[in-house]
Amino acid sequence: MSNLPVFPILIPLCTAVILMFLKDKIAVQRFISALSAILNIGVCLILVNRIDQNGIQTLNMGGWMPPYGIVFVADMFAALLVLTASIVSFAILLYSFRSIGVERERTYYYTFFHFLLVGVYGSFLTGDIFNLFVFFEVMLISSYALISLGGTKLQLRETVKYLLINIVSSTLFVAAVAYLYAAVGTLNMAHLSLRVAELGQGGVLNVIAMMFLIVFSLKSGLLLFFWLPGSYAAPPSAVRALFGALLTKVGLYAIFRTFTLIFYHDPGLTHTWIAWMAAATMILGGIGAVAYNDIARILNYNVIISVGFVAFGLAAATGDSLDGAVFYLMHDMLAKGLMFILGGIIISIAGTDRLKDMGGLIKRYPFIGWMFFTLALALVGIPPLSGFAGKVLLIRGGLDAGMLTMSLIGLASSLLVLYSLMKVFRLAFWGDEKEQVKREPIKLKGVTVSVVGLLVLIILMGFGSEWVYSYVSQAGDVLANPTLYIEAVMKE
Amino acid sequence: MELMMSLAVGVLFAIGVYLILSKTLLRIILGTSLLTHGVHLLLLTMAGLKTGAAPILDGQTEAYVDPLPQALILTSIVISFGVTAFFFVLAYRAYKTLGTDDIDSIEGDEQ
Repeated sequence: MSNLPVFPILIPLCTAVILMFLKDKIAVQRFISALSAILNIGVCLILVNRIDQNGIQTLNMGGWMPPYGIVFVADMFAALLVLTASIVSFAILLYSFRSIGVERERTYYYTFFHFLLVGVYGSFLTGDIFNLFVFFEVMLISSYALISLGGTKLQLRETVKYLLINIVSSTLFVAAVAYLYAAVGTLNMAHLSLRVAELGQGGVLNVIAMMFLIVFSLKSGLLLFFWLPGSYAAPPSAVRALFGALLTKVGLYAIFRTFTLIFYHDPGLTHTWIAWMAAATMILGGIGAVAYNDIARILNYNVIISVGFVAFGLAAATGDSLDGAVFYLMHDMLAKGLMFILGGIIISIAGTDRLKDMGGLIKRYPFIGWMFFTLALALVGIPPLSGFAGKVLLIRGGLDAGMLTMSLIGLASSLLVLYSLMKVFRLAFWGDEKEQVKREPIKLKGVTVSVVGLLVLIILMGFGSEWVYSYVSQAGDVLANPTLYIEAVMKE
Repeated sequence: MELMMSLAVGVLFAIGVYLILSKTLLRIILGTSLLTHGVHLLLLTMAGLKTGAAPILDGQTEAYVDPLPQALILTSIVISFGVTAFFFVLAYRAYKTLGTDDIDSIEGDEQ
């Protein structure tokens, strides 16, 4: 037992509450936000290090022993995701200082930002399925606020849809929890795993498993992504980056948790479903990414493709593919954060988000252009960059599991990613310079830190794959072997 | 008792879904509200009704009602209250800005 797992949740929570009282002091708000983000990265590093040395960290709230109390569990999987999320959110925070605008800053932008982080970190670290629902809601209500902040027509319209979808899926979530409680009589995830193993997963438990799959798929955009491209296109690019990098990953994390820890006894049913959903997601996402001609939609469909790709790792469920999925998730958070920031910069320097009206930006902004190019290579998985190791592990795991078709679809989806991003690069940066509609003066100075920082991390993660893998494989072990998690939680 | 509750849950779900499928924003919000109430009843029913006395943990009570679902429902009610309040405010703002509360005409303009 240690207090460490709760700090990543506590720090942004306290920050958000403090920021509420500093409405008009924007400089102070920025300073406190950045400070809290840096502090959080530090805490996460300590947490990862502690798990590396002492194994899984748990915290029983109020001293109630599991399965009775609420428990926070930080295994390597959760801790690595929290660490990556805290790094990405720091970079996005630096970007929002420059891009979000005083009006939004004055209307509690940073408060919602930190509340969103509370929800994200909490979902990663909780060891109780109802608590997962609560943290989901914390995250979602902040995301509603962030999408609608600003109140343009497009934003209001998309928020209504996004809100409705999420209310319905949350309702299904509670219903699934109710059925689960009726069937096995517990809500602690480790205890659930034990009980489900005792009862034997079949019949009603499979139905409940599928309900959870539907709920989490709605949140993560696995096959049920119809709401995603529209909703994520509405808010400003900093918010878009935050959503694209973090929100879908939380849904994916929940799918991984439930289907490796609780419902892993009948892979013939559940994992086959996940495999088909992943394949459909990659194909449909790829078609979307190729079809559209505005940057926002292309990037949003790229988010969807990677969701499918990671879910494919779960469906294969071999040691390699689970390691690969964790690795790829981390890479994807960094890369998607960077992708949306660069996308936002491109939109603001071109003054439009339609590719047809852009061109020739490379003359004025060569730096941004080559950054985008490098990022595209990283996303596709060209060797020295971070996408490669995860992709190799995933494909190898997929082939080991005998899923040739799925692996091929995964590889083909990479080509679609390459094509769609190269289309952006080609049309936006090459060609003749177009007459600009309106060009806002933008200050790239402060943004460079976050953009370069993320790119350096992506490169380092590629070159240091071996070293990162030593941590990632610990995360993969817990996923492949649920008893590790159960023993850590139930031992005390 | 369980049968009655199950029927109530079913009716609430049916009305909720019907209202969500309608065109005006106000009905949709009421629909989501009914839906979440249906789910709360479901949670209560699923945990078992009338299984004994109040949950007093003095060590001797043999049969007592499970207190956990009530805690869960309380949490869930608070959340749905917040979300519904947000939805109402959003709908009001959308009505002010877009000039309509009809979902179809909100969909229409591309801007």
